Amino acid sequence: MNPRAWTTKQQLERGMAAVTIVIAALAPTFLNANWTNNILTETFLFGLAASSLIFLSAYGGMVSLAQTALAGISGIILGNIVTQGGEGGVSKGLHLGWDPTLGLVLAILGTTAIGLIFGMVAARSAGIYFLMITLTFSVITTYFLGQVTNISGFSGISSIYRFTPSWIGDLVGHPNRLYYIAFGVAIFAYLLIRYIVRTPFGITLQGVRDEPVRMASLGYNVPLHRTLAFGFAAFLASLAGILYAWWSGTVAPGNVDLPETINLLVMAVIGGLVRIEGAWVGAFAFIVMRDYVRDFNVPGLSFGGTLFGGSFNTIIGIIFLAIVLVSPDGLMGLWGRLFQSGPLSRSKQRSAPQAADPVG
Amino acid sequence: MSALAARIPTREQLGSYLTLRKAPLLVVLALVVFAFSYVLFIAVPGTGAYSWRATTFGSAVHDPGSFIRITLDSVTFAAALFIVSSGFALIFGLMRVVNMAHGSFYLLGGYIAYEIQQTLTGQGFSLQGTEVNTWEWLIPLVVAAPCIAVVGLVTQQSFLRWNQGQELRQALITIAISVIIADQIIAHFPRAASSGAQRFGGSAVDLTWPGWTDRFVNLHVAGVSYSLAKLVMLGIGLAVGIGLWLWLYRTKTGMIIRAGVDDQKMTAALGVNIQRAFAIAFAVGSALAALGAVVWASQSNISSGQDGQWLLNSLVVVIVGGMGSIFGAAAGAILYAFVADFSAAYLPSAGPNCCGSYSIIFTFVLIALVLAFRPQGLFGRPG
Repeated sequence: MNPRAWTTKQQLERGMAAVTIVIAALAPTFLNANWTNNILTETFLFGLAASSLIFLSAYGGMVSLAQTALAGISGIILGNIVTQGGEGGVSKGLHLGWDPTLGLVLAILGTTAIGLIFGMVAARSAGIYFLMITLTFSVITTYFLGQVTNISGFSGISSIYRFTPSWIGDLVGHPNRLYYIAFGVAIFAYLLIRYIVRTPFGITLQGVRDEPVRMASLGYNVPLHRTLAFGFAAFLASLAGILYAWWSGTVAPGNVDLPETINLLVMAVIGGLVRIEGAWVGAFAFIVMRDYVRDFNVPGLSFGGTLFGGSFNTIIGIIFLAIVLVSPDGLMGLWGRLFQSGPLSRSKQRSAPQAADPVG
Repeated sequence: MSALAARIPTREQLGSYLTLRKAPLLVVLALVVFAFSYVLFIAVPGTGAYSWRATTFGSAVHDPGSFIRITLDSVTFAAALFIVSSGFALIFGLMRVVNMAHGSFYLLGGYIAYEIQQTLTGQGFSLQGTEVNTWEWLIPLVVAAPCIAVVGLVTQQSFLRWNQGQELRQALITIAISVIIADQIIAHFPRAASSGAQRFGGSAVDLTWPGWTDRFVNLHVAGVSYSLAKLVMLGIGLAVGIGLWLWLYRTKTGMIIRAGVDDQKMTAALGVNIQRAFAIAFAVGSALAALGAVVWASQSNISSGQDGQWLLNSLVVVIVGGMGSIFGAAAGAILYAFVADFSAAYLPSAGPNCCGSYSIIFTFVLIALVLAFRPQGLFGRPG
């Protein structure tokens, strides 16, 4: 048999990918505005953020909880640079009013730089330590943004979407435009990750994931590779943050706080921490659930408030718990198991290497 | 003799101590020395004019009273930090479980104690210290702590026990549990608040210290009077520390737990029932979260959303102090409390928005510095 022939699983996946892309490309023509402007656009941009988390986890063995914070930092940088004070500029921030294209570039560069600093601090740890350290980054970012009223304050920066680059134009009046931008960026990020993991850097990173000690003794700089991977993930997160700022208009500490950080992790885990595609699958599942379960009340478990209503967080917590207990590799793991020959064994966690191996 | 001579550095060896490789260490040392001298000598009381030397209080030389007060604040805050995070460290050290629900346990314990105190005193929303006697503070404590111990035990037995060794999965499980508990806290506490929106708005409630602590003690040093309640808190922290030390180093259970921290498999292979030790450690660790919550909620307050704050506190203490060591937790708590309190109090007031609000950065700097030189934390062991 030709070893390069596609397996049934690959054929199915490629077919489904093609169908998904066609449907997504044509979606604005037949879906209603809520679906395209909210659910699908959110899926693309949160999936992008989740993909940065999954990239680190699947190829670097590092589960990072700082990706939400990095996306928020990118949105805050963008907001500070592009918004203008004066009429409508009631929110806090520096209101530099610079050229939006420049703001875009600076937001991406600044976030990547901060990501590299975070990465440098955390790079000598892996596994569970990495999770803890990045979680502190995330919470510190939240409190920093909340306290420093110069650049954000608790209310954050609003109406960022009114200041988009001229080559993009008005996004508020043309939500479809944002939809296609988010769609395009998501595909770009996906292809970029697929490319990166095939480069010598990507291969080395996977070596570092599996055998950090061995890679170090072969002469590879393990912390450097982890740091660079974290920087790349920060770049992806910065794109997500910019899209979020354009979509929602407002970026506030509330967008990067602990619940939001956990939400992103939930998306990634529902999708599966082992495959990049899982990011968008998980984001889609999470956002659809959120939109349709939000108002559902479980008697005795809900707080019946008008603010968020229902008992969404309890339900999502239970679903998250079930996923982690039943299929730690999420939906992509379930899908992969469908094609496994032999008995259905509990899949070994590839994303969780033996935690305590600080090297350096 | 020759062995001794070999240990005396030659001129070349002396020179090698000051190579470029040591440069980062020297820079850090210089910065630390600068920070100390800034707090002790350089800072001056702010006079309205903006200057890099102007702070709210001025340095220890200018205002010894404030310096002593902030030092005591740090020490007492460290006591509360230690109570909460020693539980986190105990669980992590023995079982390698990062209990992400520790913050939720903290919050739940605090609310349970609050409701009990409200019921006991039959008072409304806010209590005067004089209306609370010692029992009305102690009973909430001794009820809430076992409650949370049971919650922790159930969590460990039903979800974590059969996932032993899968650290990431266990962390994810505790995150899921913390999400559920945090949401249910909003749904049910505080019971006096009628609507969910009220509760979600973070209606802060506070426990009340017993009446006799509600006064200031004259320390007879630089005219400082200090809150007796905070000194009681310090005493409780010390008692918890000594109790944990006695338990871990002077009893058989403690011996088993320390052996488990060193080598789990070997301990089990020697015929020790390590599962029992796990269960005990998890229950005690969770109860410490509740104890810390009662103490800190009496001093400050408790509101939904603080679970993240206290999870952060525990994480920072454990990351800085070293994973899974009780001395590490103490050292981490003291360092973190001092950095947090002193940076908030002694950052220069060099402008309308500067610089006190940047104090949280120093927490990050502390973590970064410790991890840069000791990735395993101050008291952690490598590997």
